[in-house]
Formats: sequence, C-alpha cells, structure tokens
Amino acid sequence: MSVLAQCDSKETFVLNLGPQHPATHGVLRVKLTMDGEYIRQAEPVLGYIHRMHEKMGENRTWAQFMPNTGRLDYLSALSYNHGYVLAVERAAAIEVPERAEYIRVITVELNRISSHLVWFGAFILDLGGFTPLLYAFDDREIILDLLQAVTGSRLTYCYFRFGGVYNDIEPDFITGTLAFIKRLRARMPMYHNLVTKNIILVKRLKDIGFVPAEMCRKYGATGPVLRGAGVAYDVRRAEPYSVYPELDFDIPTHPEGDSMARYLVRMDEIEQSMRIIEQACTKLPNGPVMAEKAPKIIKPAKGDYYAAVEAARGSFGVRLVSDGTNTPYRLKLRSPSYSNLSLFGEASRGMLLPDALALMGSLDLVIPEIDR
Amino acid sequence: MAPGGGRLTMISQELKNALAKLAVNEAVVPDFKDKGFHLDVAVAPDAVAPAAEVMNLAGFFLEAITGVDWLAEGQMEVVYDYNHSISPGRVVIRARVSRATPELPTISAIYPGALWHERETHDFFGIVFTGHPDLKPLLLPEDADFHPLRKDYTS
Repeated sequence: MSVLAQCDSKETFVLNLGPQHPATHGVLRVKLTMDGEYIRQAEPVLGYIHRMHEKMGENRTWAQFMPNTGRLDYLSALSYNHGYVLAVERAAAIEVPERAEYIRVITVELNRISSHLVWFGAFILDLGGFTPLLYAFDDREIILDLLQAVTGSRLTYCYFRFGGVYNDIEPDFITGTLAFIKRLRARMPMYHNLVTKNIILVKRLKDIGFVPAEMCRKYGATGPVLRGAGVAYDVRRAEPYSVYPELDFDIPTHPEGDSMARYLVRMDEIEQSMRIIEQACTKLPNGPVMAEKAPKIIKPAKGDYYAAVEAARGSFGVRLVSDGTNTPYRLKLRSPSYSNLSLFGEASRGMLLPDALALMGSLDLVIPEIDR
Repeated sequence: MAPGGGRLTMISQELKNALAKLAVNEAVVPDFKDKGFHLDVAVAPDAVAPAAEVMNLAGFFLEAITGVDWLAEGQMEVVYDYNHSISPGRVVIRARVSRATPELPTISAIYPGALWHERETHDFFGIVFTGHPDLKPLLLPEDADFHPLRKDYTS
C-alpha cells in the first residue's frame, strides 16, 4: 500500500509539468493532480510536436517517405529507417544483398549504443548528476562521427534504401568502429563504478517505480521496459529479420520491474550491441550493397503488410496498406514510446514527484516519436 | 525453434476456434514471410470487445489500433494488432463500419492501452468508440473538428 493511501488529505492541487520542462525531454506536458508531494493522478497531454507523418505518407511515393522515418525518433533514427524498408521490401518482394544486411546491422547497433548513451547521460541528469552526461556525450561523439562518414548525417539518418543501403562503407569505418568498441568496453567499468554502484543512484532507483510484466502487457509496453520486468521479448529474436539469426547475442532481462531494472537492462544492452557489431564486422562479406533488381518505381501488390524491428525503445512497427499504386494507401507507424508512456498514469499513482520523474526518465521517452 | 533461430510459433488451434466463432468470414492464415502476421480475422463491429476478451485470456498484448478509410466502398475499417511476448504470434482483428455512422464499442475496459489508440483513431478518422471514458483529442489540438486521415479531407 502506498503512502498516499495512508494519508487522507482532501486537499489537492493541479501541477503542470511541461510542456517546457527539462525533465520531460522535449514538449511533453503532464497534468498532475497532487496531494502535497504525492501524485494522485497524472495525465500526459500529447500533440505539441505532432506533424501528421501518416498523412504525409499518403501524399508521396514510397521512397519519398524515407526521410520522414529518420525524424520520428531522433536518437535511434536508423532503426526507424530499418522498420520502414523492411515493410516495403516485404510488400514489394525485394531481396537485399548480404553485405547490405550486415552494414544495416552494424549501423543500427551503433545507433542503439549512441541512443542508450544519450539516455544514460540525460537520465542521470534528471536525477541531479551532471558529470556522466559529459562522459556519455564524449563517447557518443565518436559514434556520430563514424555514422556521419557513412550516412552523411549525424542525427536524422536516411541511409537505407529499398533493396540495400545508400552507399558502401570504407575500410576506415570498420577500423574506427572496432577501435571505438575497444574504447567503450574499457570505459564501461568506469560508468559502473561511478554511477551504477553509486549509493545515491541506487537509493533513487531501487524498489521504486514498479512497472510489472502484466502492466506492460495491458498497455503494450515493449523494449527495455518489458525486459526490465523480466520478459525476454526482443523483436530481433521473436521475429528474426536481417542477419540477426546468424549473430550470437543475449537478451538481457532483470525481473525486478523497478527503475533500477530498466537502467540495468539498457546498460547490459550496450555490451550486447558491441558483441553484435564485432561479429558483424568479422563476418562482413564482399559484394554489392544494393539489389541489382531493385525496382526504381515501387508498386506493391494490393493488401496489408506489417513489419517490426527492435528499436532502442522497443517494438517499432509499420503497417502498410497498398492499393497497388506508387503511393501508400495507408501507412501506420506503431511507435514504442507511445505505448511505454501510456502506462505512466497508472504506474505513477501514489508516487512522490521526484520518484515519478525518475520513473519517467527510466522509460526513455522520445517525444517526436510519440506525437509523430 | 523455428527455422532461422527464432521463436516464431503458430497460433494455437484453441485460439483459432475461439476467434472463428466471432468471425464474419473465414480467417486468413497468410504466409508470415509475405505479410508479417500470422492470422487475420474479420469480425462484426459489435464483436471487437468479445474478440479482445479472447485475446486477453490468451495472454496477448495490444500493439496498436488504427483505421483505414475505404471511401469508394463507403466504409471505415478499424484494425487491431495483437502480439504475444512469450510465444510471439501476430493476430490482426479487423471490423468494418459504415462511413456515415462510424461507431463501434471500446475495448479500453479490457486493454487500458487502447485508451490512447482509440482517441488517436477518433482524431484521425472520426470513428466513435462507444463507452470510451474520455474521447477527447490526443494528438490534434483540443478544439479540432477535422479528421485528417479521411480520404475526402482537404486542408
């Protein structure tokens, strides 16, 4: 029973958190009904950065929608590239050369690490620790440089194409990536010593902010939120795509379901992503990076198609409805943070405000991806 | 283990039978490789809640709810995507309502995650989910009286 249930105060007040609040990481507003420092009711208010991507999808060709996918989740844009190309490749039956698949996996996993590093820094910043952010951004900068050399952009990538990737990687990229992994692996113990084992962090996160597996199921939460509740669900294993079946990696889970569990899942995932990248770099075959027979004009057969990927925040799905023309009839984007945030109202009930902010940080929200 | 090292499983016969009782015509079992889902069931609008109950008892979670506007046919389709996190399998449940009165019952009492998906579908298509506790705009402005994903919408 929460502390809230024990005190019987009839006086409440409404507190607006955001839409311009540092702890909400972007334009999210949460309308809180407070009983002193305790939350009676929390209602997220969305739509401040809504751009109607799904309507844009109906007004342009299949390929022209590609840049939009890089502007949903600005921290792991390549996963969103990947989900969309997978859906269209499935609809139009396009085969992808093996080298391109490996390049996709390497770049996506690098992007996942950079996303987790930003989350790590920003999350600790939410909790009042400034320094780790600077360390995390120091590491992330190297990833951005590496990806910039390949994709041409640093944040809103548009690198994948139907049937492959935009251009081949240089040998320098592989050397640079492996050197980076060596560096990050040497720095992870420092992160754990400085942050994970820090008594203040442990007291802020452990046994606080419970999101049990059943709550995840009722709200459709996936990704580290679900794995932090002990369920080993990962789209890369559940619905194997690309070359993931050929790579050896674990799905980290922590059964506690508290904020600490979600923190630990993401820290473990950085190590798993590094393992994937190392293997993919070793196995990288020679060959083309674009399918020779990839059609220039895409006209998928009439019908429904679905494709999902494991983005940094959970399951990202694309549902396509094609009417056989060169523009999508309907394009639905199922974004992970949307479902992950939808449980906040229930999960935060009765919590202290600072603990609820830690809970919100541990959900790893990216607002443009929720509002779309 | 399914080929490819994954944990893709078939949908159980029990679930198929339970859904067949609600279906308006025979369920489609597509090739997952081609379509991306394992089972596609069309139900009558008033059967979406019983179908959600079946999925809930089988331990599925709700991925998303969305609409499709079939302007030429004068119909709107509501599509429910379900998935299972322990024995993955994607089930699509769809219902068609008339475009003139697009109404069907809410499933938010069974899946609270549907609260937002239904509000969003109402925003974009003007589909009314009867019994929804608070069907106000989610992503559109609070005074929005337009439904941008309707095929006859012009700004």
